[in-house]
Amino acid sequence: MEGLNSEEKIEFILKEVEDGKILILEHGLTPEEQAKLIERTMKEIDSKFVGIEMESYMEERQSFIDKLLGKKKVRLTVVGPADKIKTIYRDKDIIRAVIKG
Amino acid sequence: MGLLNRLSAWLLSIFGKKHVRIGIYGPPNAGKTTLANRIAQDWGGGTVGEVSEVPHETRKVQKKGNVVIKNDKASLVIDIVDTPGIATKIDFHEFMEYGMDEEEAKRRAKEATEGVIEAIKWLDNIDGVILLMDSTKNPFTQVNITILGNLEARGLPVIIAANKIDLDGSTPATLKSAFPQHEVIPISALTGANIDLLYEAMVRKFGKKK
Repeated sequence: MEGLNSEEKIEFILKEVEDGKILILEHGLTPEEQAKLIERTMKEIDSKFVGIEMESYMEERQSFIDKLLGKKKVRLTVVGPADKIKTIYRDKDIIRAVIKG
Repeated sequence: MGLLNRLSAWLLSIFGKKHVRIGIYGPPNAGKTTLANRIAQDWGGGTVGEVSEVPHETRKVQKKGNVVIKNDKASLVIDIVDTPGIATKIDFHEFMEYGMDEEEAKRRAKEATEGVIEAIKWLDNIDGVILLMDSTKNPFTQVNITILGNLEARGLPVIIAANKIDLDGSTPATLKSAFPQHEVIPISALTGANIDLLYEAMVRKFGKKK
């Protein structure tokens, strides 16, 4: 997804998830992108597509510049269709999920 | 955007603001409307919205203006903005478990999706947030993480209210250790327990000392 802007990234993710895929995004989505993804997901929900399951992990440490700019980096985002992935436990560093085939 | 918001928040912290719009955010069934009603009744009279055990009871943003909160040293005029619960999924079948027929459940689900969108858009129209979490549940949910991340990116002041401390299984200490960088106030919006601590924090965090 290198080279895609936020809108393109969200459209790509949503299309893949609606096709039943589970994505692991190494660089994650920013909080603003997460909110946009939730907004876009809400517009797609119908009787067949009930939404997404998403888990994002933030960087614990921020650089001085990132603090100044109010940015917090995301180290990983997992996103998939809500009827295929269900988070059963999560804390700061661990995610346990059940994935249906 | 981040730098401007940080600067704005910094100026606000110095010069203060007397009239602020406070959003009550959180996942569905955290008790947002119960808290909004509690604040309105304690300080202004009346209610903000209907409360129900069915998730997504609040599907449109509800407001109550000019609520004056005071303590011995300061006062704060707020507009309370009670927002629909934010979720990443909405399945109409869940509403049918509460006795609704399919048509009604689908209509409610559609309204709930619109409510989530409206709640997110309102993040651009508020001055501060009470993020309400259910202290009987795991706080590391995506909704909590996403809301907090957006508040931090916008430089908006936030108080986390650990609600439902009147229930068995409530562990507000878990919320405090989960979000050590934020002020966490354990409350029961239903019984009013510790609500005075929340009002103190609101005047301190969102308001201006006289």
